[in-house]
Amino acid sequence: MLRFAATRLVSLVLSLLAASIVIFAVIEVIPGDPASFMLGLNAQEDTVAALREQLGLDGSVVSRYFSWVAGMVQGDFGTSYTYRVPVSELVLARIWISLPLALYALAISTLIAFPVGLIAAAQRGRATDTGIMATTQLGIAIPNFWFAMFLVVIFAINLRWFSAGGFPGWDQGFWLSMKALTLPAIALALPQASILARIMRSSVLDTLDQDYIRTARAKGLTRRQAITRHALRNAMIPVLTIIGMQFSFLLAGAIIIENVFFLPGLGRLIFQGITQRDLVVVESVVMLLVFAVITVTFIVDLAYAAVDPRLRRR
Amino acid sequence: MMKIPRALMFGGALFAIFLVAALISFVWTPYDVEVLNIASKLKTPNAEFWLGSDHFGRDILSMLMVGARTSIAVAIIAVGIGIVAGLPLGLAAAANHGSWLDEFIMRGNDLVFAFPSLVIAILITAVFGPSAINAIIAIGIFNIPVFARISRGAALSIWTLDYILSARVAGKNALRISIEHILPNIANLLIVQGTIQFSLGILAEAALSYIGLGAQPPTPSWGRMLADSQTMISFAPHLALFPGLAIVFTVLGLNLMGDGLRDILDPKIRRAR
Repeated sequence: MLRFAATRLVSLVLSLLAASIVIFAVIEVIPGDPASFMLGLNAQEDTVAALREQLGLDGSVVSRYFSWVAGMVQGDFGTSYTYRVPVSELVLARIWISLPLALYALAISTLIAFPVGLIAAAQRGRATDTGIMATTQLGIAIPNFWFAMFLVVIFAINLRWFSAGGFPGWDQGFWLSMKALTLPAIALALPQASILARIMRSSVLDTLDQDYIRTARAKGLTRRQAITRHALRNAMIPVLTIIGMQFSFLLAGAIIIENVFFLPGLGRLIFQGITQRDLVVVESVVMLLVFAVITVTFIVDLAYAAVDPRLRRR
Repeated sequence: MMKIPRALMFGGALFAIFLVAALISFVWTPYDVEVLNIASKLKTPNAEFWLGSDHFGRDILSMLMVGARTSIAVAIIAVGIGIVAGLPLGLAAAANHGSWLDEFIMRGNDLVFAFPSLVIAILITAVFGPSAINAIIAIGIFNIPVFARISRGAALSIWTLDYILSARVAGKNALRISIEHILPNIANLLIVQGTIQFSLGILAEAALSYIGLGAQPPTPSWGRMLADSQTMISFAPHLALFPGLAIVFTVLGLNLMGDGLRDILDPKIRRAR
């Protein structure tokens, strides 16, 4: 297990390095001179020169890359050109919206998908199963931002149960903030719950075909007992993979949903970065997102290996 | 004679409606989508404007037809990029299974997987500005590892078969075997996956143009129609309803088609029935 963890850790670091090279190349090398790109065509010569110096663009590409990476390792993501504050401050202020939103959505999606998928599997071929499969098929096809718009119309504009957007801030109270994140989280969770429920169903069905289930039934367990005691645990392996993968989709999806609900999270930050050509912000936030995705994959891999010793050999 | 699965027929019919609408829009739309007609703005569905008109008085039906063109074109080209780049990579990795090339291709795939298509789009847009082309590239790049992985996996299982061995004994090299024996046998799988990626591409295009990273005005796109409708949703919900339904039905149609095709084309599932 230790050796497996060590090899995975090495590949985690390599992936992060490779990702950082790609991001750096796209943002800092392709535009030619990032300083004049950020300031636009009508910029004064000396303004460009000043920004060049501030961004440390006078060094070689390689040395710039290494100082960028070294900075990030120490928590220094550079200074935003438009906000004139360290990017790390901007990110810290916003990550406490995007991250809880993604986790909230993940929790909702899992809580819906598990029982629904299990019921569909247990009722295979019956009306309940067909109904669930048709509903999830629809859930996958619905764009979450469109769903979000109608959630706003129904629950915010007509019923007035929730506000249509915005975020009060965690210092205004936990429940108030959670309330503000509820509609966005539901919107984010819907397609993911549909996908997860289908995977849960097929995964449970797969394990039900296994010999050990037949053995369990043969020794007198009811179908329900066989499912809860034996099938469920084994069916969790593929389901866990998907949950791990979904986290990255939820983080990315949060970027879009934040726009529907005017939540000041990482998504809004990245869009302000794009419209204001603040490459320092875009570069850092993208790196952070990719870092989150790669790290979650790493953790899921380790979690499996801990659960299923067979996977350690790979 | 094989029975055509109901999912395939229903899904195919659903998708065909939008495909035909997109094709017709090249030669005819009820109204010109680039002409503004403020006098008839925000009409609810009526005999004149079947699906109503938007805040500039443009006909929603006409815009949906042209929007279908954008969505389908973006998604189909993005799938094309995925297959053209991913398939050879997957075949090469399978033909050199266990070699440094295999390892390199698969690690490269893992790397791309760490960038959700939205993040790729953000990176590209930050540098090149938003456009339909950049949306295609972003979704296309995301499709490459999908097709590379699936063709590698399928090809690997075929490489172990006896007839491949006889082809090798007959002196065919890996390239010829890959093209003459592996490719025809994994084509089914690619068609099924292609349908799924197509539907994901429609959703991704809608999301990208919704946040302004896709097709730019005046080109109508379903995602941007939704974005435009957002501020008017409390008094003109039909503006948000129809583009959303267009996306849902297209994606649903493609997904059902994919399911139906899998039932016909994937012999493993057929045997299990």
